[in-house]
Amino acid sequence: MTRIKSILSKIIIYGLLISLLFLTIVPFYMVMVNATHTSFNIVTRLNLLPGGALLDNYETMQTHVNIWRGFANSLLISLPYTVLTGYFGALVGFGFAKYSFKGKRILYSIVLASMMIPSQVSIIGFYQLNLRLHLLNTYYPFILPGIANASAVFFLRGIIAQSIPDSMIEAARIDGCSEFMIFNRVVFPCVIPGVVAICIFNFVSSWNNYIGPLIVMSDSDMYTMPVMISMIKGLYLTNYGAMYLAITISVVPTIIVFCLLSKYIVNGLTAGANK
Amino acid sequence: MRDGKKRSTLNKSRYGYLFIAPFFAVFAVFGLYPVLYTAFLSFKSWDGLAVVKSAGGKNYARLLTDVVFYQSLWNTFRIWIVNFIPQLLSALVLSAVFTFHKIRGKNFFRASFYLPNLITAASVGLLFNLLFNGDKSAVNHLLVSLGVQKAPFDFFNSTVFTSGLVSYIQWWMWFGYTTVIVMAGITTVDPGIYDAAMVDGATKGQTYRKITLPLIRPTLIYLTITSIIGGMQLFDVPATLTNGLGDPRKSILTTSMYLYNQGFKNHNYGYASAVSAGLFLIIMILSAFSMKAMQRKEEES
Repeated sequence: MTRIKSILSKIIIYGLLISLLFLTIVPFYMVMVNATHTSFNIVTRLNLLPGGALLDNYETMQTHVNIWRGFANSLLISLPYTVLTGYFGALVGFGFAKYSFKGKRILYSIVLASMMIPSQVSIIGFYQLNLRLHLLNTYYPFILPGIANASAVFFLRGIIAQSIPDSMIEAARIDGCSEFMIFNRVVFPCVIPGVVAICIFNFVSSWNNYIGPLIVMSDSDMYTMPVMISMIKGLYLTNYGAMYLAITISVVPTIIVFCLLSKYIVNGLTAGANK
Repeated sequence: MRDGKKRSTLNKSRYGYLFIAPFFAVFAVFGLYPVLYTAFLSFKSWDGLAVVKSAGGKNYARLLTDVVFYQSLWNTFRIWIVNFIPQLLSALVLSAVFTFHKIRGKNFFRASFYLPNLITAASVGLLFNLLFNGDKSAVNHLLVSLGVQKAPFDFFNSTVFTSGLVSYIQWWMWFGYTTVIVMAGITTVDPGIYDAAMVDGATKGQTYRKITLPLIRPTLIYLTITSIIGGMQLFDVPATLTNGLGDPRKSILTTSMYLYNQGFKNHNYGYASAVSAGLFLIIMILSAFSMKAMQRKEEES
């Protein structure tokens, strides 16, 4: 009796997990399959296996929009932004974790409070700021804020406070290191695993940012991937194969990065939530 | 010795200021200024080109009687709650399954469920648009060929379907993330407590409901608050799903889309700022309300 019950519960559990897996994967599969079919095939039947129109779709796509330009723009924003969040997150976190100074508690609560500001309610002011500073159609509005990434500060401050003993810093001081050198030579190398974890997250969120570049970039040469993708429907009209291919190109890099780094990503998420 | 150490930290305290200074400088420019300027503009009238003119409380007076604003708030909230409740329930069920059963490929399942969260929301919106839009869409082909539906269905002409689809997409993008966070909360619970409960004869289900859930309440509060803040700002998916219009019949026009359209399409930057301020207030009220509600429960139990 109990054996039957346990087999039954196993069937239900695995049935549930596999159907959820199906729901997760199917949309991606449909898009990738349709990217290899002609528009005629796509509108006349259901395609479950890859077709042979990939290169034609690629050529059509390239004549309408320079998708690799969008790819490059996204990279040129996301990479420097991510590096800044990792480095300055650790530096500011180090300042909060290992020095005592007046007003520290208030200043740190400002950092925490800044995480609670809903970002989209200030887009009008953000646009106005970039207009005044002549930063419209540049990368800076999306790179420089990496210096003030509150979640990186919060996460790395916790790691530094926990894993770097004060004696280590004192020893470096006695060896004649300046405070800045202590950070660069001693503290930062020790917390690189944490830096990598937070960087993966910030890279993904920067890569996926849509509304920011949508309001700041009006020159189509400056469009990032998400903005370019959102414009595609108007450009291609009926060429479904090319549209599906463009979506595929925007999605595949994330899937590849995820397959390579999923362990760090899920662990980083877990560590971040526990702090 | 102790005295000496104290003096050395005192001497070094200016380095503390130095190291945290970059954060505050950049935050002042890119974080604080946009918020304050939006608040300032909400009392002005500005078309983006001419000089900024004073408008007094006119924008707010208009906001209070603006039917579309209220409609957009209701749309946003409805889309959020219809996705958040199933999201939390599925996360609780999945995390119970992953915690109490030995699942083969547990990490693979968990990682796969999390994947949609990393995909560009703008791409997801267009993706679902292509899958459902028109008589000859992939989903209509599927339904007709399976015999579920005799004739193709015009999905995006149905307000119920379109709003439900946005909620579904949000669920699809977030249930894996929520599962991972709930599981992270569960790992902080001392496993010894479970053994004690088992000795007392509690079943797995009872243990989970009576012991685990109350102990991970801080995690659940965190998830609810961050989900409200994110959900009430919903923009990417409904905007790309419907080319920014929020149709049919404005049923998925969210408040963020409305404020974007008022600002960047109609160039009413003053009024768009007032909409922002209204949305900000609503988000604060909802967060405070849910925090209170969940904390009161804690006191009762």
